[in-house]
Amino acid sequence: MCGIVGLFLKKPEMEPQLGELLSKMLSTMCERGPDSAGFAIYGAAEDGRTKITLQSASAKTDFAKLQATLAKDKKVGAKLTVKDTHAVLSIPSDKLDDIKTLLADEFPSIRTMATGENIEIYKEVGYPTEVAKRFDLAHMSGTHAIGHTRMATESAVTTLGAHPFSTGADECLVHNGSLSNHASLRRELVRDGMKFNTENDTEVAASYLTWRMKQGMNLGEALEKSLDDLDGFFNFVVGTKEGFGVVRDPIACKPAVMAETDDYVAFGSEYRALAGLPGIDKAKVWEPEPATVYFWQR
Amino acid sequence: MQQLIGELMRTFDLAKSPLRELNEELHRQKDGSNEAQWEVLNPRGGHAIAVGLDAPIKVDVLGSVGYYCAGMNKKATVTVHGSAGPGVAENMMSGKVVIKGDASQYAGATGHGGLLVIEGNASSRCGISMKGIDIVVKGNIGHMSAFMAQSGHLVVLGDAGDALGDSIYEAKLFVRGKVKSLGADCIEKEMRPEHHEALSKLLEGAGIKDAKTSEFRRYGSARKLYNFNIDNADAY
Repeated sequence: MCGIVGLFLKKPEMEPQLGELLSKMLSTMCERGPDSAGFAIYGAAEDGRTKITLQSASAKTDFAKLQATLAKDKKVGAKLTVKDTHAVLSIPSDKLDDIKTLLADEFPSIRTMATGENIEIYKEVGYPTEVAKRFDLAHMSGTHAIGHTRMATESAVTTLGAHPFSTGADECLVHNGSLSNHASLRRELVRDGMKFNTENDTEVAASYLTWRMKQGMNLGEALEKSLDDLDGFFNFVVGTKEGFGVVRDPIACKPAVMAETDDYVAFGSEYRALAGLPGIDKAKVWEPEPATVYFWQR
Repeated sequence: MQQLIGELMRTFDLAKSPLRELNEELHRQKDGSNEAQWEVLNPRGGHAIAVGLDAPIKVDVLGSVGYYCAGMNKKATVTVHGSAGPGVAENMMSGKVVIKGDASQYAGATGHGGLLVIEGNASSRCGISMKGIDIVVKGNIGHMSAFMAQSGHLVVLGDAGDALGDSIYEAKLFVRGKVKSLGADCIEKEMRPEHHEALSKLLEGAGIKDAKTSEFRRYGSARKLYNFNIDNADAY
């Protein structure tokens, strides 16, 4: 099954409410995906700096060690903010490659969930409302956010199997459905140099989009092309620095409903996810068409 | 509580009481019940609202509903003053279900009887495997509608999506707007006097006064697929 929620705010004055609104939307989708949950939130950027969201199964020791290592070199100017099993590492953008090397060489148990100027990704195994609470989603602010509740079908219930999957700097993907050609597509992508962390079908879709964009397509074109190359059931919601996109497979079995007002654009697997949004009674509410790419950006 | 002439109006607030209590109350109603009018508040996209009714009562749901609203309906008239999620009036037996807004996928699926009126649009698979239900959609319908439809009528005042009536049996389809494509073994058929008459009754039942039966085209089975004949193997 799985549940997806997404919220894109049109008015800056609503940004402090983003986390609270998204966490309420996410809580309505628990039954659709009780085994794990995650969300990507696009917050304020700091000039010349990049955020890396990290995760570790032994967060306490790993992040303390990382903090100590970073403190040795004050010139780097790194800031580490720990949130439960995750941490956001803010660094000057020109130090990104050095930090990536450091993490790969000295911190193999720390995983990178997302990299970008705005994006932060948090995901864990557990009941969605509990996961949202652990990371204090309700108090986060930002311009737009995407959440996912997972009922695993194609791969194991693990932190890395939860969504969103990061597809590139400031980009992420969540998926409701199951792909049937993920194994063969994965082999093609591996042959072309793409790397995988899990056996998950959604990671193949995320990697596919990254691969297409490396070939020079923009995200919209990559999503259009995915309709030819991906086989199976899918509703994808994709986050970018500027906004979010939605695409459904041509058969469109997986449910989706959208709402738009002067204040926001919202996505939900069901209307229940939208029912608590302010002004929903007057919103334009519709079901996105199959095999059609939708995009909202500022 | 509001007293109507000869009938008691009951209001049930889903923000205050659980869905199961509502459905149990509604199932308790029998023919001739004096609690014939019901109003349901705060549906908020909830699932299986007013499912399995079996009495000639009237239920008004004030808001949008989720999956399977008014499924298996018998005798009752259920009106949703909002939009409906997937599977509205699924397997309806008799009675009437009216959706004031849009309906999601497989509206009226496998319905045996009764009338389903969707005042907005219906999405994919509307009337899939219908077995005698009448469905009237004022707006458009999505792809794969009336797939394997066995009997009953599907009336669409707007347009129909891809593969209308794929593998259809003996259901009759009337479309006023454009049909994007017809499914396997579904063809356009002539509108004979009995079809105008049947369509006219359906429009009247759905409260539609501004549509003429002459504006519609009729579609149905070419009867080449389900009476399988090896000479027609090329058609697959």
